Amino acid sequence: MAFLEIANLQKDFGAVRVVKDFNLAVEPGEFVSFLGPSGCGKTTVLRMVAGFEEPTDGTISIGGRDVTRLRPNQRNIGMVFQAHALFPNMTVAQNIAFGLRVARTPKADSDARVAEMLALIKLPDYGDRYPYQLSGGQQQRVALARALAPRPKLLLLDEPLSALDAKVRVSLREEIRQIQRNLGITTIFVTHDQEEALSMSDRIVVMYGGRAEQVGAPFDIYNKPSTRFVASFVGTLNILRGTVTDPARGVVDVDGNAIQTGGELSRFAKGAPISLALRPEAAALDNGPAPMARGKIMDVSFLGSVIRIRVNLGQNTISFDRFNSPGSPPPAPGEPCGIAFAAKDILVLDD
Amino acid sequence: MKTNRFWSWLFLLLGVAYFVFPLIGTFEFSLKMRRGAYSFDAYRTVLTDPQFQATFGYSVTMALATIVMGVVLVVPTAYWVRLKLPSWRPVIEFITLLPLVIPAIVVVFGYIRLYNTSSWLPLTGSAMGTNILLMFGYTTLALPYMYRAVDTGLRAIDVGTLTEAAQSLGAGWITIMTRVILPNVLVAVLSGAFLTFAIVIGEFTMAALLNRPAFGPYLQLIGANRAYEPAALAVIAFGITWLCMGLIQLVSRFSKLPNAGR
Repeated sequence: MAFLEIANLQKDFGAVRVVKDFNLAVEPGEFVSFLGPSGCGKTTVLRMVAGFEEPTDGTISIGGRDVTRLRPNQRNIGMVFQAHALFPNMTVAQNIAFGLRVARTPKADSDARVAEMLALIKLPDYGDRYPYQLSGGQQQRVALARALAPRPKLLLLDEPLSALDAKVRVSLREEIRQIQRNLGITTIFVTHDQEEALSMSDRIVVMYGGRAEQVGAPFDIYNKPSTRFVASFVGTLNILRGTVTDPARGVVDVDGNAIQTGGELSRFAKGAPISLALRPEAAALDNGPAPMARGKIMDVSFLGSVIRIRVNLGQNTISFDRFNSPGSPPPAPGEPCGIAFAAKDILVLDD
Repeated sequence: MKTNRFWSWLFLLLGVAYFVFPLIGTFEFSLKMRRGAYSFDAYRTVLTDPQFQATFGYSVTMALATIVMGVVLVVPTAYWVRLKLPSWRPVIEFITLLPLVIPAIVVVFGYIRLYNTSSWLPLTGSAMGTNILLMFGYTTLALPYMYRAVDTGLRAIDVGTLTEAAQSLGAGWITIMTRVILPNVLVAVLSGAFLTFAIVIGEFTMAALLNRPAFGPYLQLIGANRAYEPAALAVIAFGITWLCMGLIQLVSRFSKLPNAGR
């Protein structure tokens, strides 16, 4: 039996159903991300697990115990918020000790636990500082320590990195993941940033319109998106519109190029419109005799280690990245070129 | 530039004169009790008057009780309105402003009609009951200042997130109120408290009509019967008010919670 079980969860705000039949089972020690655009219901699900919102229907159980109707302070859950959640009147040490004081932990134990937590977040000498004396990243680390100090059964992270600047965000997400692994605490992480979700999670729940669109490991979510939304939301995607020319052999015409897809397309009629998707990393320049498609370079952006090239096929454009190499300068805009990609990298999108 | 400066200074001086001359006059007059020489005789008479001590002590006690009552009433209300009923804020704000619009004499007559000895809650029937009624009256008078101060204090913190953070750490409502919300609005509460103190010390109408031995009616009594002592009392009353103002400044300046870093 899973550690956290969410079954048939529904939530209405007035007449609007923001969470629709949400189901999820999280194993002990697992790190699961809820990924989706704003308004997709990911934060609402998290807040229902925390107890800040009451579900309209459905059940939530933690460790085999039904907590659906429990108040937030009875659930033994640690939570880290987006920002501004440290108690400004207390020092870092007092903030971390808050949950322990509420639980009436003896002072000696509580002091030891605070010291342990400060060491865990690598701020051992910051116990006497006030929150306003810390940087944003330090504040979030203290918030994490405060959430972990009372040894919660479940850790909820509500976009804890989104208020920080890019550099801190990357280093802190690695640190959070490492702490989570070391403690083995079951964690739910809400984010709208696909890079965060892909890099940190054991599993990702991609949410859209109050539903879980796809649940899976980052590798599967990225490489085998099951719905059109997941395909377009996770990663940058080239969408190519064309017409089916040979359903049995899976050939599609895109701007005059006969493109071979990975399988047969018998569910489409000959001449039917079709949308194909192609990941930018699957395409490459091919100046050989028989490229998959021919077009013209539209523009070239030099991004340092990576060069982003956009090629115009006619109606469609394909954008893809190439590593910079000092030996071969990038092509110039306007040049004709060929593009290569493998048939198996083409995703057929069902409209 | 020069002319600008000149006119600014002129108006500043006029303004200062408008406030300062009556004070200087009052102060000077209060020193004249002994014929032909300046002395603090009037102050000595006033301060040693047992009635002064009694009424002043009564008013200070009432002021402290009013402050406690005000904090207990206003902090949870303002907090709850901010947290759960933000749409009610204009309504609550309007209600708290009413004491500025309705004269104290109307309020106190309403009280006397509602709580007289033949009513279902005969508060005016005993001295203690009347004291309690007077304290409620003072709380009402101080409401506009107290509510505004506390509401402004709450604006500076993220009430919703702090509440949820405390809840997720296992805290109940009382813990949240006393350990999280109150300490963070303490500066605001203190400035509201000093204002309340100044109002209660000088209040006349309610205390007189409820016939309680407060400082305001004593001030009036002395003013009607003596020559030099009222001037001395006025200076003392001013001194108390200014002390309160100074304390508000001091408290907000030395507050440990600057809004920097948020």
